[in-house]
Amino acid sequence: MNVQPQGQQAPGRVEIDRVSIRLGSGAGAFQALDEVSFRLAPGEFVCLLGPSGCGKSTLLGALAGHLKPVAGSLALDGVAIGGPAPERGLVFQHHTLFPWKTVLDNVAFGLKMRGVAAAERKKQARELIELVGLGGFERHYPGQLSGGMQQRVEIARVLINRPRVLLMDEPFGALDALTRLKMQELLLDIWGRFGTTVLFITHDIDEALFLSDRILIMGPRPGRIIETLEAGFARPRSAELAMTAQFAQLKRHCLALLHHDGVAPVLPRLTPLGAPQARDLQFAI
Amino acid sequence: MSIAAEITLPAAPASPRAGWALWPWQAWATRLASLLACVLLWHWAASTRVHLGLVTFANVPPPLEVLNAGRDLLQSPKLLKHLGASLYRVFAGFLVAAIVGAGLGLVIGRFARARNALLPPLEVLRPIPAVAWIPLSILLFPSSEASMIFITFVGAVFPILLNTIHGVEGVDSRLIASARSLGTRRLRVFTEVILPAAAPAIVTGLSIGMGTCWFCLVTAEMISGQFGIGYYTWESYTLQNYPDIIVGMLLIGVLGMGSSIALRQLGRALMPWQRGSGQ
Ligand SMILES: Nc1ncnc2c1ncn2[C@@H]1O[C@H](COP(=O)(O)OP(=O)(O)OP(=O)(O)O)[C@@H](O)[C@H]1O
Ligand SMILES: [Mg+2]
Repeated sequence: MNVQPQGQQAPGRVEIDRVSIRLGSGAGAFQALDEVSFRLAPGEFVCLLGPSGCGKSTLLGALAGHLKPVAGSLALDGVAIGGPAPERGLVFQHHTLFPWKTVLDNVAFGLKMRGVAAAERKKQARELIELVGLGGFERHYPGQLSGGMQQRVEIARVLINRPRVLLMDEPFGALDALTRLKMQELLLDIWGRFGTTVLFITHDIDEALFLSDRILIMGPRPGRIIETLEAGFARPRSAELAMTAQFAQLKRHCLALLHHDGVAPVLPRLTPLGAPQARDLQFAI
Repeated sequence: MSIAAEITLPAAPASPRAGWALWPWQAWATRLASLLACVLLWHWAASTRVHLGLVTFANVPPPLEVLNAGRDLLQSPKLLKHLGASLYRVFAGFLVAAIVGAGLGLVIGRFARARNALLPPLEVLRPIPAVAWIPLSILLFPSSEASMIFITFVGAVFPILLNTIHGVEGVDSRLIASARSLGTRRLRVFTEVILPAAAPAIVTGLSIGMGTCWFCLVTAEMISGQFGIGYYTWESYTLQNYPDIIVGMLLIGVLGMGSSIALRQLGRALMPWQRGSGQ
């Protein structure tokens, strides 16, 4: 399959420098992020953990270019982020596939926006659909697929743009445990092929430990990074990893950190990009 | 007409009662029986000259007289002219209303500034019934044909406008964010995301607008003319041809219903993702 390399030499260095973001308007305005700084090395897989409402989605929205910081700078490969762009692929918890387009047209959408001819974009879309394991479903509409299949299509749709960084906001948070496990393996497989930098938000400590090279832990409002953990387990990883003592120890450490600040205050669950999210997940322990 | 009647949420793919889905002929039998029952009730009320105090059927022509009047109209060479004139006025008014209503609705629904600038005058005009527009439309348009089309336009434009606004406001902002992240330029967001996402609501608006367009036909054709079903109905009233009035009324009803159904079917054909096990 010729959908792999190319990404190998692609950079994907993310630099976030003392970024502060205010949300809301008028009297309701508040500091959602306070001087957040970190870096992602090219090809690194980093998970972002933190209590509900601490500003994870806000940070991702800023990296995607949909929210403007009031202070600080965000850059990809040395170029300041000034708005949404296909080089930074965005995946939400609930799919945002276009219900009026078939799987094939959804996946080919990014190329259509770039003006690629129909035949070529369909060919590339078919390859990616095959890669995420959905061969045969090209003509289905998103409404006819299961949640896991929808997220596969969503990932394929983002990958067709060959993004240098993947921004994923609890992408598997709404899936059942078994589907989630399969999706995690799929994502690691894809990540291995494309070598894209990944910033992955999750509530699930196991998921963070299983997937990432590094875990950033955020504290509650105003959001800031309170600790960075290395999850340097050997790759490729398998589900047995969760049974090892080292894994358990790191997990305990994460739990302690997240509980340290007490129970997260109950806040109205707004999302910085506007739409309501259907589910309120607690930490899956 | 209340706002509630004009705004309807995009119909979820019909989930008919299980029994109806299993035996469609039973559904049709029920529908047919209901119509038949209405006609029988009418026949009974008119022929026994029911008098209920507030309402009296003493002067209402019974169905058979209406049927005869209908047969006469059917055999008259004027029928085609009546139909042609009315269909032309309804569809011309509707077409302009669809373009204006959906176009304005897309802009108003998307941009707060356009909403503030355009919606207040429209809100003032909206409650004005079509009849009240007659004098002004005669003054505004030198040709009486144009003023009649204007009246049918007035009848259709508001449901289309309001449903379109409603549809655009309901577009999931994450869809727009995703489209922008996938490289969609601002203007293209309209054609690629907002228009298709609002399409079900727009089709609902068009279907309601088609109904209200026919609703205003008699009003429009009161202005002048020699032909048109509305004109025929109105003329029968001035000539006190009661059976003919009812023929005209029923003709408008049937044509209005037919064109609304045709529009909905067209919508279904154009939006295949709305069918079946879709969401
Ligand atoms: N549009 C908005 N207007 C006002 N407040 C908002 C808006 N969007 C989000 N918030 C608030 O900002 C804070 C940060 O929100 P954000 O969605 O980034 O949190 P999060 O860490 O992603 O939470 P979760 O884990 O529940 O997804 C929350 O307290 C939220 O209620
Ligand atoms: Mg979030």
